[in-house]
Amino acid sequence: MTVLTIENLRTTLRLDSGDCDALREVSFSVDEGETLAIVGESGCGKSMLAMSIMGLLPSIATISEGHVVLGSRAIEAEPEAAMEKVRGAEIGMVFQEPMTALNPVFTVGSQIAEPLRDHLGLSRAEARKTAIDLMERVRIPSAASRYDSYPHEFSGGMRQRVVIALAIACRPKLLIADEPTTALDVTVQRQILDLLDTLQDQEKMGMLLITHNLAIVAGHADRVVVMYGGDVVEQATVRDLFRSPAHPYARALLASLPRVDRDLSELASIPGRVPPLAKLPDGCRFIDRCPHAMDVCGKMPPAVELGQGTRHTVRCWLHVEGGSDAAVG
Amino acid sequence: MLLSVDALKVVYQVKRGWPLPKTHLLKAVDGVSFEIAAGEALGIVGESGCGKSTVARAILRLVEPEAGRVAYAGTDVSHLPLRELRRLRPMVQMIFQDPAASLSPRMRIGDALAEAIRVHGIAEGSAIDDLVASTLTEVGLSPDVAGRYPHEFSGGQKQRIGIARALVLSPKLIIADEPVSALDMSVQAQILNLMARLKSERGIAFAFISHDLGVVRHFCERTAVMYLGQIIESGATREIFDAPLHPYTRLLRSVSPVPDPERDSAPTVPEGEPPSPLDPPGGCRFNPRCPFATDLCRTVIPELRPVNARNVACHHAESLPSEGF
Repeated sequence: MTVLTIENLRTTLRLDSGDCDALREVSFSVDEGETLAIVGESGCGKSMLAMSIMGLLPSIATISEGHVVLGSRAIEAEPEAAMEKVRGAEIGMVFQEPMTALNPVFTVGSQIAEPLRDHLGLSRAEARKTAIDLMERVRIPSAASRYDSYPHEFSGGMRQRVVIALAIACRPKLLIADEPTTALDVTVQRQILDLLDTLQDQEKMGMLLITHNLAIVAGHADRVVVMYGGDVVEQATVRDLFRSPAHPYARALLASLPRVDRDLSELASIPGRVPPLAKLPDGCRFIDRCPHAMDVCGKMPPAVELGQGTRHTVRCWLHVEGGSDAAVG
Repeated sequence: MLLSVDALKVVYQVKRGWPLPKTHLLKAVDGVSFEIAAGEALGIVGESGCGKSTVARAILRLVEPEAGRVAYAGTDVSHLPLRELRRLRPMVQMIFQDPAASLSPRMRIGDALAEAIRVHGIAEGSAIDDLVASTLTEVGLSPDVAGRYPHEFSGGQKQRIGIARALVLSPKLIIADEPVSALDMSVQAQILNLMARLKSERGIAFAFISHDLGVVRHFCERTAVMYLGQIIESGATREIFDAPLHPYTRLLRSVSPVPDPERDSAPTVPEGEPPSPLDPPGGCRFNPRCPFATDLCRTVIPELRPVNARNVACHHAESLPSEGF
């Protein structure tokens, strides 16, 4: 069953220098029990995508085209009051910095209990009991006695566990994890990712794992969406992407990774840098850094499926049959 | 030896408690020794709070060591008056994780580089401008950028400027504290390749501090692994990462993600986090998290000693089971 479908989404920013599309023609879906990774560098639009889904876009940004479908309901045009009922209840969220997601003046227990009372209507005592259960499920040691602790009394890893308990409190169908382990040490990072995997299995949640770290994607995602400059440039199963990346950006990115298990003579590097929002090219947004750039790349390439039913799609003129002729026509 | 660090100890005073804070002593670095030869890169790895950045600062005397000795090319600098230390400063330079924080936002790039040259009397007059221009070219920037301000550059370009500012003094050793951690993946490779070129072409040695084992494997011939203020394993990078001996190194290695979905990932890792360096456990500092700990480990601190062509601080280094972590 599909938990989330993004259909042809376009999010437009109103900048002083004019309008620009921070997301263009973004389409993908997340199934029940599936982890879909959204991977890309800063400025690729991955956080803008998360905010578009949750209805938390800044005032200068609007969804100008397309749909965000949660289950079978389009939510992109829902009013804020309705979205408040969706966030926390139907969509759980885990962010990079747990301290900013927690209120420093309330105990962690009361913060986990709050959505249980607001969204599920539990009584105070029931909410407390359920919150302690949740703290145990995210493996916070001696949960009952730590219910009344404050966030500053927890380590970074433990705080992230609290945020996860909060996110799954109302048993959401979809969990959005935006760089959930970027601020953590590697041993704790692994614990948190394993915890997310376990909870997802138990709850059959769909998970959107937003990260810049391809090594994490390799170990913890089922499918992956590679973003660059607001476009989905490639979409595939994790295995297909790592085995046969098709987009020049995805290929270069994979070749630029240093590895702990192997010696590499030199890292492939991508010349140049990510284009700033105000200067995004109209066509393929990788054009300035791409070794294969052609005239036709001045136009936006269509998404092409590589092989029937593989769900491996790439948005690059190199993979369009007769791609170079399209420039003429 | 270009750099030798011997039994280095750094203690910080921290105030904790309420309403009457008490002063506690935090041993950030507790008896660390290592050497770096000319043209060699030593990786210093470990998790937050292990003391790796404090080691870097103590080498430059940005913090004063409590005990121990730091020598540049045989000259003990740990007690040198600052005025004399200044003459040696060009030899050992530092680059930081956040290059923006080490550049004045009000100073043009060219002026920032020229100031360092002037302060240390490296060149005079028009030779200064020539040196600035040639160094900017060497790090892959156009000499024209000398007239621009730091905010006009991207993160990767700022790190190039940070490297240029170290380079104008012709250092023998660069201490790099997480130099690529804040950069995007595609830019990280550019900066690593630049530093590798400086190492091979100029013969500059590096102390490379990082939490990312993949980056260290790529850049460093030798590696020292730190845990709670002490080195627990050191030796050739390849040997340490391919066959780690100390249980903590084994843990670090097994949790470091590998960008390959077809590799079986390590079995589930034990729960637990490093204890606070304010109150380290007795004996081996890793013993509360170690599956192989014995009574000996809980009482006696293991010495760093040679085992299998490397140094390991573990009582049971020779007899550890191959399974675990």
